[in-house]
Amino acid sequence: MSGYLLRRAGQSAVVLLGVAIAVFALMHLVPGDPVRLALGTRFDQAAYDALRERAGLDEPLPVQFLGWIGSAVTGDLGVSFRSGEPVTMLIVERLPATVSLAAASILVALLIAVPLGTLSALRPRSFVDSAGTVVSQVGISVPEFWMGILLILLFAGVLDWFPPGGYVPLSEDPVGWLRSLVLPALTTGLVSGSVLTRFTRSSVLEALGADHVRTARAKGLPARAVLRWHVLRNALLPLVTVTGVQLAYLLSGVVVVEIVFAWPGLGLLALQAVQDRDYPVLQGAVLLFAFVFLLLNLVVDLLYSRLDPRISA
Amino acid sequence: MSAQTPQPAPQPAREGARQPVLSVRDLRVRMGTPRGVAEIVNGLDYDVHPGETVAVVGESGSGKSVSVMALMGLLPRTATVTGTAEFEGRDLVGMSDAQLRTVRGNGISMVFQDPMTSLNPVLTVGRQITEGLLAHGDLPKRAATERAAELLGEVGFPDPRGALDRYPHQLSGGMRQRVMIAIALAGRPRLLIADEATTALDVTVQAQILELVARLQAEHGTGVIWITHDLGVVAGIADRVLVMYGGRCVEDGVVDDVFDAPAHPYTRGLLGALPARLGPELDAEEPPELVTIPGTPPLPTDLPPGCVFWPRCPVRSDPRCEREQPPLLEVSRPQVGGRPAGLPHRAATWCSEGRP
Ligand SMILES: Nc1ncnc2c1ncn2[C@@H]1O[C@H](COP(=O)(O)OP(=O)(O)OP(=O)(O)O)[C@@H](O)[C@H]1O
Ligand code: SF4
Ligand SMILES: [Mg+2]
Repeated sequence: MSGYLLRRAGQSAVVLLGVAIAVFALMHLVPGDPVRLALGTRFDQAAYDALRERAGLDEPLPVQFLGWIGSAVTGDLGVSFRSGEPVTMLIVERLPATVSLAAASILVALLIAVPLGTLSALRPRSFVDSAGTVVSQVGISVPEFWMGILLILLFAGVLDWFPPGGYVPLSEDPVGWLRSLVLPALTTGLVSGSVLTRFTRSSVLEALGADHVRTARAKGLPARAVLRWHVLRNALLPLVTVTGVQLAYLLSGVVVVEIVFAWPGLGLLALQAVQDRDYPVLQGAVLLFAFVFLLLNLVVDLLYSRLDPRISA
Repeated sequence: MSAQTPQPAPQPAREGARQPVLSVRDLRVRMGTPRGVAEIVNGLDYDVHPGETVAVVGESGSGKSVSVMALMGLLPRTATVTGTAEFEGRDLVGMSDAQLRTVRGNGISMVFQDPMTSLNPVLTVGRQITEGLLAHGDLPKRAATERAAELLGEVGFPDPRGALDRYPHQLSGGMRQRVMIAIALAGRPRLLIADEATTALDVTVQAQILELVARLQAEHGTGVIWITHDLGVVAGIADRVLVMYGGRCVEDGVVDDVFDAPAHPYTRGLLGALPARLGPELDAEEPPELVTIPGTPPLPTDLPPGCVFWPRCPVRSDPRCEREQPPLLEVSRPQVGGRPAGLPHRAATWCSEGRP
């Protein structure tokens, strides 16, 4: 078990290194001089040279890379060209907003997907099933910004129940935090929830037809026990994986939703960095996304092997 | 539906014989399908007595599984079941799901074909045995675990206590089928239904399972319905055999009577390619299977109006064959001291060969 874990962790580290090389290469091979851009209109040669030297840009690329990756391991991702602030700090500042939104969205998504997907599967072609199909079809096809704007118009505009945007830190005002979270979480949650509903439905439907469900019924178990232990227990296993992927996606920042709700998350940080050609920030963000993705995959694998006795061999 | 005359219930002639544990009369199952109403089971009549094994044979699709699933109320909602099936005096047809639940796994148990998929892969063996026990009686969990270990010992696990914590994938096919049997025995059933329970197992393991069931049956006096394709198994373990075709019983009777003098052309076709002597001592390398009879069985959505076997029958000479369903009539009845004794040998055909 721990050997398996070590092997997986090793694989993840290799992948992460690959991502780091790719990101670094991409940043340094695309045309355009970031330093010139960072200085903007206040250009003068002395400042230009100083900034280049500070950023280590006058060194050969392999040396630059080793320097960057070496400090990255210790948590130092360099400084922003734009603001001169440490990249790590910029990212850490954005984490609470992104993590709050991702967690709340997954919660919303699962609260929709598990009951709706299960009910749809239990009564195929019933009213619930048809309604669920329509709703999730809409959820999948409506663009997030459109959904977000609709929610703002209704719940912030007409009803005035929630703020139309902005993030309130949990530490400052728990109630305000929760209220600020509702609309963006609903927006991303509805989209993720639609995907997960479809998934849950087909997974439960498949589980219902399994031979061991017939065995469970033939034992004389109450319908609830059959559903809980022989249908859902098996059907929701693969949902762990899909949820992990959704969560990784949400944690990488949901740019569109962050724009619509003026949400200071990682997505906006990365977007801003692209616009500014703020390479250190962009490199740091992409590396972080890759790291989160790999870490979540590892966690999902671990969880899976705890839940499915067939895996942990 | 049919103009078939109702048959008198076959009665054991022995004086003071025990009541049948299961008594099925005119059992019918229909299902709505996209291609129309499927008439899957069309009037079955049979009894199962305590300690008796009734084998059900017939080609794939003849309605064997559906007919027993109907008894347990395990068919999909689209199925309509009519007729009666009295289990210990209570009619299973039309029982509410809650009532049926008290019978399932308790009075009647089932063992299915594929031991690889019939157990839940993510729950332990122990858990899968105890949950049935806990659902039927209010015994404490500890006692249920004790009983589960006891059952595993009974079905031949060398280390029953250790086996409780095993997962199905850690066991061989034969061991899994033993677990299925342990689950089936948990409620001390009076009727055990085995639906091709040994088909997926290799010959040696199959023999072990058959022996195990025979032993447990003798110990507990359980009535057994054994669905199989394997006529060697029928000859080896069954007291009586029921031959199904197109959802009907085309022939039934004591195994020796039916095998020695099959009265229905379909049964004769099934037995045609078999060696003359049938028995458990038969060459184990090549268990006798149902032979292929030219043609295909009728679709349950499109049954012929007369005899179901008419389209494939090699001896269809009677004018009634095509138009009128032949009733299930007595061919012979065992005689003891000049008086009829035991259960009759019956067949549903207009042809007279094999009749007295
Ligand atoms: N849920 C269902 N809906 C519609 N038709 C069904 C359903 N289940 C079974 N049938 C049909 O009922 C007929 C009998 O099926 P059944 O499973 O009882 O056959 P069987 O005699 O057990 O065959 P096998 O030897 O292959 O197990 C088949 O034609 C099958 O297609
Ligand atoms: S009734 Fe006629 S068609 Fe049917 S099996 Fe007998 S002889 Fe053949
Ligand atoms: Mg079958």
